[in-house]
Amino acid sequence: MIDLWPLIGIAIITIGFALRLNTLLVILVAGVVTGLVAHLDIVEILSILGASFTKNRYMSLFILILPMIGLLEHYGLKERAESLISSMKKSSVSKVTLSYLLLRKITNAIGLSLGGHPTMVRPLIAPMAEAAAVTDAPNLSHKHRLRVRAFTAMSENFANFFSQLLFIGSGGLLLIKGVLNESGYSMELDDMYFWALPTTFASIFIFFIFAKLQQRHINNAHAEAEKEQC
Amino acid sequence: MLEYVYQATGLLLIAFSVQTFVDTSNSKRIGTGLFWLIYGLSFIFGTVLPDWFIGLMVLALTLIAAGGFMGVGHYRHSDPAFRKSSADKLKNKMFIPALIVPIGTIMWSKFTGTSALIGLGVSAALALAVALMITKGKAQQSLHEGRRLIDAIGWAAILSQFLAALGYLFGEAGVGNTVSQIVKEIVPDSNLFAYVLCYTCGMALFTIIMGNAFAAFAVITTGVAIPLLMIEQSGDPIIIGVIGMLSGYCGTLMTPMAANFNIVPAALLELKNKNQIIYMQFFPALIMLAVNTFLIYFLAF
Repeated sequence: MIDLWPLIGIAIITIGFALRLNTLLVILVAGVVTGLVAHLDIVEILSILGASFTKNRYMSLFILILPMIGLLEHYGLKERAESLISSMKKSSVSKVTLSYLLLRKITNAIGLSLGGHPTMVRPLIAPMAEAAAVTDAPNLSHKHRLRVRAFTAMSENFANFFSQLLFIGSGGLLLIKGVLNESGYSMELDDMYFWALPTTFASIFIFFIFAKLQQRHINNAHAEAEKEQC
Repeated sequence: MLEYVYQATGLLLIAFSVQTFVDTSNSKRIGTGLFWLIYGLSFIFGTVLPDWFIGLMVLALTLIAAGGFMGVGHYRHSDPAFRKSSADKLKNKMFIPALIVPIGTIMWSKFTGTSALIGLGVSAALALAVALMITKGKAQQSLHEGRRLIDAIGWAAILSQFLAALGYLFGEAGVGNTVSQIVKEIVPDSNLFAYVLCYTCGMALFTIIMGNAFAAFAVITTGVAIPLLMIEQSGDPIIIGVIGMLSGYCGTLMTPMAANFNIVPAALLELKNKNQIIYMQFFPALIMLAVNTFLIYFLAF
């Protein structure tokens, strides 16, 4: 018979997250209860928590980069990225979203988070893509316009998530290193980011296909609207 | 040497906390300031103080965060017109400091042979110095801007360190053993591909439930990947870890729990259906999950 008690922490996390309680509190309770199940006393659990916290300080070294990034933003880093993007040819939905995807991935790889839904997609990428779609298909229905907008949101998420780990100081890589270190595997950051590359290339390729499909969808919608008018 | 980097991080956090305490525009300045102060002290005195005491400090951080005692203040951030004219003046020179961090970190570990983490600390300091030179900005303003960014992150800044501790406690309690026993009950004859599939889909599924791939990583990697893929099948831990995390990100694209990425944007873009972005991402994310599964299967063994 399998002893299921060790899984109580997973149950607590699942329920806690479903109830939308504070993440740190849920994790702390799950950790403490799991420790109690393993017959540790409270002082031992606190010691493990403290020791592990100290040992994994390197996970939070990204803090050191914040003053530099913040200062660059003070002097218009985001505005510079905006003018770079808007200077490109506004030709089609697929070109706008693909260019944004690539720029976002490259800047992510050097640790710059230049995009984001409120800062880039809403004010810049979505209107540009929608304008391009309307130029291609003047009678584009509202439903199709909403699809184009949703697609720009997808370009942001696809760009962001499948490139974060390319940056050598990213929180994700530091966490992977930390969790595996706790289990006795040691590794260096500069041996790690390389293995995020295959997924990154695959994500570009797959996004490319979906961008083309989206473009064809718009062209078809336009053709149909033309036919109805005749 | 690495200890100096931690002390510098601690001092930076304490500087943030001092600025927070005197920032009268932040109605929650006491809680926010205390949070960064305690966190900073844990960086500086981590190896000096007894472990249980650091444990108590972590407890205090959790209570400040869970009690909702943290807020944002005023950071003397520039106005849009100034940023626009400054961006037109500095042009692509702005990207130089940002490039210094990854290049410097890699060069440091290649040439000195010491930890890349020290290189990260040294490059961050160098990049800040270059940024100050290029923009002719004030050092004090860079602190304000750093505080602006860390306040935006809030308590999530300590999430990774927290999850590592959770992973360790899970290990002590034998979570890995239990989960791997269950997986073995389901998967017959130690089929390698089925193990890999359990790991990547487990990562995605847990991320869908929790809305956070980081939290899923600590649980599923100690439960499935370490006992079954790394120990039993001696797979490469780096490849499995990195692509495992990327499998978790596939789950992020499929869940309303990751509201900031899927639900909030739907509202920002004035979509009628708040789940439209998730519907659109679901199938591509599923393909990416399959890609990651095959990548681990072919690269890590």
